[in-house]
Amino acid sequence: MSVRDQIAKEIADNDVVLYMKGTPVFPQCGFSSVAVQILSSLGVKFKSVDVLKDPEVRQGVKEFSNWPTIPQLYVKGEFVGGSDILREMYEADELGPFLAEKGIVCQPGA
Amino acid sequence: MAMQAAEIERLIKEAFPDAEVTITDLAGDNDHYAAMIASSAFKGKTRVQQHQMVYDALKGRMGGVLHALSLQTSVKV
Repeated sequence: MSVRDQIAKEIADNDVVLYMKGTPVFPQCGFSSVAVQILSSLGVKFKSVDVLKDPEVRQGVKEFSNWPTIPQLYVKGEFVGGSDILREMYEADELGPFLAEKGIVCQPGA
Repeated sequence: MAMQAAEIERLIKEAFPDAEVTITDLAGDNDHYAAMIASSAFKGKTRVQQHQMVYDALKGRMGGVLHALSLQTSVKV
């Protein structure tokens, strides 16, 4: 299976996928850490993929969405953005409603 | 690997002649910047599209020579 197919399958099989550097418990980059904190504060369950573990995925996911940086968030197979856009949506109180509209359960403080 | 703020601004203004650009050096290492960019070219574009337009203006440097560029884009009226 090509990296592209692997990514396509991952984001189809999981409602919320965060491609990041490191893991939610041990993020290895400030921007990835911001993305994890935002999702955690909204109480969103998500699958994380540590791109540091697989250089092909690290490069492949950038080409997949024509987005040159990590982290990358996908919801219901759709690319949502990197940490800047997540932070902007979160601060504008748009991220919660966006996720709810996509049928994603948010349990803040759960 | 690093990039000068003036070079980033030049590339952005080359792609968006009417842009108002503010670049902040976040770490003093020529590698971590924040940029606020206002341009009429962003009108009608989603945030993702706006940021992709800026990345295109940087001609492949984003994520390579330039490690971190925190972006804030807005439509210039």
